[in-house]
Amino acid sequence: MDVYLPIANLAVNGLVIVLLGGLTGILSGIFGVGGGFLTTPLLIFYGIPPTVAAASAASQVTGASVSGVFAQSKMDGVDYQLGLVSVAGGMVGALIGAALFAALESVGQIDTVINILYVVLLGTIGTFMAKESIEALRPAPDGSVKRAAKRRHHPMIAALPYRWRFYRSGLYISPLAPLLLGLFVGILTMLMGVGGGFIMVPAMLYVLGMSARVVVGTSLFNILFITMLATMVHAFTTRAVDIVLAGLLLLGSVTGAQIGTRIAQQARPEYLRLALAAVVLLIALRMAFGLTVRPDEVYTVVPL
Amino acid sequence: MKLLKAFLLAVMAFAPLLAPLSPAQAQSSRDPILVPEVSQHDIVLQQGFTGTQLLLYGAVLDPRGRRAGSGSEAGDEAAYDIVIVLKGPTEPIRLREKSQVAGIWVNAESTAYRSVPSFYAIASSRPISEIVDPRTAAIYELGLQYLQLSPTGTIDPEEQQRFSAGLVDLRERQGLYGQYDGEVAITQGVLYTARLPIPSNVRPGRYIAETFAIANGRVIVSATSEVQVRKEGLERMVATQAEENGFLYGLFAIALSLFMGWAAGRIYSYV
Repeated sequence: MDVYLPIANLAVNGLVIVLLGGLTGILSGIFGVGGGFLTTPLLIFYGIPPTVAAASAASQVTGASVSGVFAQSKMDGVDYQLGLVSVAGGMVGALIGAALFAALESVGQIDTVINILYVVLLGTIGTFMAKESIEALRPAPDGSVKRAAKRRHHPMIAALPYRWRFYRSGLYISPLAPLLLGLFVGILTMLMGVGGGFIMVPAMLYVLGMSARVVVGTSLFNILFITMLATMVHAFTTRAVDIVLAGLLLLGSVTGAQIGTRIAQQARPEYLRLALAAVVLLIALRMAFGLTVRPDEVYTVVPL
Repeated sequence: MKLLKAFLLAVMAFAPLLAPLSPAQAQSSRDPILVPEVSQHDIVLQQGFTGTQLLLYGAVLDPRGRRAGSGSEAGDEAAYDIVIVLKGPTEPIRLREKSQVAGIWVNAESTAYRSVPSFYAIASSRPISEIVDPRTAAIYELGLQYLQLSPTGTIDPEEQQRFSAGLVDLRERQGLYGQYDGEVAITQGVLYTARLPIPSNVRPGRYIAETFAIANGRVIVSATSEVQVRKEGLERMVATQAEENGFLYGLFAIALSLFMGWAAGRIYSYV
């Protein structure tokens, strides 16, 4: 199935794009990550211009999260109160990110920065998650299975002023914590063309100490709004949102997200986390290879 | 193809007729006549377009009615060499070069070019180096290594060479630049044909095909024909809306993603 992409200016195999969207959709359904961290590099690898890939992946993440949010909300898995706070932070972050993006692009260092961010963030989070899930899977010396992550937030969070009660998350913390988290993820969304779920989920679990039941849903809720804003910013600045590409990705990812949600309800969370860790580490390694051993292209053309 | 066949027949029919007339004509002009044509003057970028092959053909008619320089009457040995250059619209670009700084590949040096063809393909009846000397090749931009890219600013020639080679290599791998030596077939010393691949990632715009008839290292005659590459219908609408109507386009993209996500949720909840 050959499809011509009017903004990317080239023909692609539509089936490959739909399958790619499906793969990231499944991930988003299982883990509450948008899957943008996987889509963008794979699209670039397939030959789509980097700006078009980043701009169009954002709208795909929107579609994948909307079905995820609906599914999670039915299971009472979204903390709207905390979600709104982090969205507010994310809106500011996205605008900061857009300005940073433009500045870095004009000096020609945007791709290096994106690659380093990928390697550092995905590398750290991947290693951390892999360690966690392996420890959880390994039986303790006395034969009993070790309990999964203990729910207590970071001491730094407790030091922040003005505490609010977030009932669904089971938290009594300062709203500044989710606000700053949202801000940080918002910057990353614009810079990396990702939803930021792979940062949000572990941060909510291990830094904020949220109840695991609402982490995925609340993260998706945040991603939903931030990626909508990111699409809008791209439509205005880079003008690189390819609606045909986004449509194909969406077709796959909204379906995948539904399948993913079903898998998530049945599989053991430790195994799921280990699988996600493996995917994340693989992407980080691929990026590190391009950064240190051999870049994909030595020469790049930018229009003047 | 039908067109080509008809053309071939027409040339064959006319060839003997031209012979008796030629002495009179030869006095007015000794230059041969070059009649170029392309298989399609319009390339439309739309759904289903995955690239195409452009057939460039035509005839070189010697006004004296014989094939000067060819030894045998029946031989296929051509009097002229034919070189065809297809060039896309030019654009100003900046070319960045990555190099290793502290173990990491980063964009280090860069050069700006004022007018770089977005597409360049050259086909010739023999390798360019056997047809013309480097000077002539440089004048007429015959061959990838003779492309005039017009860099701006002060530039070290050696560095310039490196950058240009990098650009040509990149675009060759994208299918946008190509050199096809020996791809022009000449039949009976009169009719020439060449096929140039047009990839799907071509830029819209006005493409110029220039045909050169070359003998003894000199360009005897040249002629051009035109090809328009453009987007049509939905593709054109999308491209113009994205460019001119960012807000609505963005809203539409968001609405589409929300709707598809919501619809999928509804559909799958019944499954």
